[in-house]
Amino acid sequence: MPAGTRVRWAVIVATSVALLAAGCSSGGGSSSSSGNASGIVTAWWGDPQNPLEPANTNEVNGGAVIDMIFTGLVQYDPKTSEPSNANADSITSDDQQNWTVKLKPGWKFSDGTTVTAKSYVDAWNYGALSTNKQLNSSFFSYIQGYDQVAPESGNPTAQTLSGLKVVDDNTFTVALTQKFSTWPATLGYSAFVPLPASFFSNHAAYLEKPIGNGPYQIATWTKSQKMELRPFTDYSGPDKPKNGGIDLKVYTDTNAAYADLQAGNLDVDNGLPNAALKTVETDLNGRFLNTPAGIIQTVSFPLYQPQWSTPNAQKVRLGLAMAIDRATITKVVFNNTRTPASDWTSPVLGAAGGFKEGICGQACTYNPTMAKQLVQEGGGIPGGQLTISYNADGPHKEWVDAVCNSINNALGNTSACVGNPIGTFADFRNQVTTKKMTGPFRTGWQMDYPLIQNFLQPVYTTGASSNDSGYSSSQFDSLVNQANANADKSAAVGQFQDGEKLLATDLPAVPLWYQNGTVGWSARVDNVLLNPFSVPVYDQITVK
Amino acid sequence: MGRYVIRRLLQMIPVFIGSTFLIFVMVHALGDPVNALFGDRAPDPVVAQQIREQYNLNDPLWLQYLKYMGNLFRWDFGTTFNGQSVTSLLATAYPATIKLTAVAFTIEVVFGVGFGLISGLRRGGWSDNTVLMFTLIVISIPTFVTGYVLQYLVGVKWGILPATAGEDLTFESLLLPGLVLASVSLAYVARLTRTTVAENSKADYVRTAVAKGLPRRRVVMNHLLRNSLIPVVTFLGADLGALMGGALVTERIFNIHGVGYYLYQGIVRQNTATVVGFVTVLIIIYLAANLIVDLLYAVLDPRIRYA
Repeated sequence: MPAGTRVRWAVIVATSVALLAAGCSSGGGSSSSSGNASGIVTAWWGDPQNPLEPANTNEVNGGAVIDMIFTGLVQYDPKTSEPSNANADSITSDDQQNWTVKLKPGWKFSDGTTVTAKSYVDAWNYGALSTNKQLNSSFFSYIQGYDQVAPESGNPTAQTLSGLKVVDDNTFTVALTQKFSTWPATLGYSAFVPLPASFFSNHAAYLEKPIGNGPYQIATWTKSQKMELRPFTDYSGPDKPKNGGIDLKVYTDTNAAYADLQAGNLDVDNGLPNAALKTVETDLNGRFLNTPAGIIQTVSFPLYQPQWSTPNAQKVRLGLAMAIDRATITKVVFNNTRTPASDWTSPVLGAAGGFKEGICGQACTYNPTMAKQLVQEGGGIPGGQLTISYNADGPHKEWVDAVCNSINNALGNTSACVGNPIGTFADFRNQVTTKKMTGPFRTGWQMDYPLIQNFLQPVYTTGASSNDSGYSSSQFDSLVNQANANADKSAAVGQFQDGEKLLATDLPAVPLWYQNGTVGWSARVDNVLLNPFSVPVYDQITVK
Repeated sequence: MGRYVIRRLLQMIPVFIGSTFLIFVMVHALGDPVNALFGDRAPDPVVAQQIREQYNLNDPLWLQYLKYMGNLFRWDFGTTFNGQSVTSLLATAYPATIKLTAVAFTIEVVFGVGFGLISGLRRGGWSDNTVLMFTLIVISIPTFVTGYVLQYLVGVKWGILPATAGEDLTFESLLLPGLVLASVSLAYVARLTRTTVAENSKADYVRTAVAKGLPRRRVVMNHLLRNSLIPVVTFLGADLGALMGGALVTERIFNIHGVGYYLYQGIVRQNTATVVGFVTVLIIIYLAANLIVDLLYAVLDPRIRYA
């Protein structure tokens, strides 16, 4: 080999693979952004955490799609959260425990099959059965026979819920384990949607391309990349799409999505990064919305630890609650995307739904002098130092440090409170659910359906599934039971609020703030709003 | 030579087993992933139990590892929690990252060696000083800063190139991320080339070549550059692995669904199968790159070949 060619060969080897691959890539796709002309909206999306089965979807990305491709018995008004019948014609009961559900006839799934009472009963039975490993199976625990399909331990002794009966094509009955007057209003939750027969006959194909009865159907889905949703032409519901379809684009990072939004390559972005919130209003010329969502953040105390459950500790808890300067923290740390909390629900419920400002009373009012006094009267912080635990993989360090700072200032002791980061969310939740916490820890509650019941019963009744603090009050439990049995809605709300007043004295968890949903949009689209779950109301979006 | 290659390939086996086991242990140490699946809600114990069984999470760690390796030899990399097979993720992710790395590597080689050559041949001149200054600036700024700044200026403000790459990667959309990814290494390559070129330009063989009356082009390309490339190739080879690793940051900034994205998802969701699968392939690439470098030495310098 002559010397000259040898050199060239070396250089070529070093770069040829590179050049080849680069050359190939330029040949592939040529038009990616030109498909938007026909009224199609592109929207930010993240990869769903679980397969897209309705009863197995409990996070916002999967939930957004389930909401678009399914319409259940009930749906919620995006502005007022008021439930109204969608696929249901009527849901009635004489005793608040045995319910009869009648469907509007003639609704279709996007594969052409009809939605019947059986579609609901089969779907609910599937969701409840423990061997199907559905994350939301506990939502069916109010229905009779749940003990048999999902027993505390061991294998199920029945395959179907005994409380569900198909009467005819458009009617089925539901027997609950307890009186539950607001039960129909819970049925807008995504776990309660119907499933087509193909879900059961060809499950693998269904997971590749889910089929529903909602305003949209999935046209294409490239997993982890993009989902194209187009209007379902035979849709019978009231919320028919006002655009030509939605393209959900998976982003690796919220900052990347925001750059695309500013560059005009993305229309709707409800995953705005914290860093953008400071400048978003001017960046987008006011095309930005910051509105309350059904999420409340709290700090819970481990009442299962003896030193935290004494009468003196109660004073300390109250003192600590009063030492938190919520107004300043929500403004400085969160750029006003949180609202200081003064009850245990959320403003999205509205006054009629049970939201009542100030029910938390002095515990939610910043008063450093009284805080210090109460903590001293209570014998000081148990163990001498307060640690607030949180998961370090989420955006919590800043506010935990701010809360600690606020407590330290009030108590006049720079080392009274420190944050206690726990590596991952999984590890953090592990310690919370196995009751290993020794000091307060962060808790949050995102509502499943806009009902005051959902903010109180699963979180604060004795032994409830998400009672992380280990709170137990027979008085509170009986108030919840009475409220559930009460057919009169406003009376029931009043009883729930009486329960909240108990929380204000017992303080198993201190309300911090209500979380807002934020969304920014491009100049191409109009009518962008967020529903109470802080998901964009996709069907309402119009393209200019 | 053939023996040498085989020995190198055999060395990969213990490296492969050792590193996969280490990663397996590390991901496992992050805690129980099943709790996180349920979000802020307490898991239903029966359902949680069923999910743990599905992913072998109840077994002792060594058994989990053995089961994992057993499946691996049947080309089954496991599945993620959302039901995608890790093999399919690998098939989507690696082409994307390789495309990005290829663009970056090309930029790095062409401009790095080019700048270095110009600067080394004209030491002390204004072009030399410009290259030195430019490379100093690039080296001192972290990649994510360059990334976000260039994305904002070029992609958002001026709109010259796409701000993000998205699902179909075009050459155009990869230029900006490729440049960002290449920038730091490019600066090193330029400086390395400059030094060796400057050194070798005074060597006897160059003087001889010039005295023979060879055209300047031939002196530079065939005599000077060829000898100067040996340290550069060493650096480039080791850097190919580093580029793929460094792509994690760049991919995130420019929305490229490559190795970085899936690895990140795997870690966040504590999906051992995803993390181990991706890192295993990364290790193999790194080892292969090193092997190629060692082979390239022989091409560039016959003395190494016959040794």
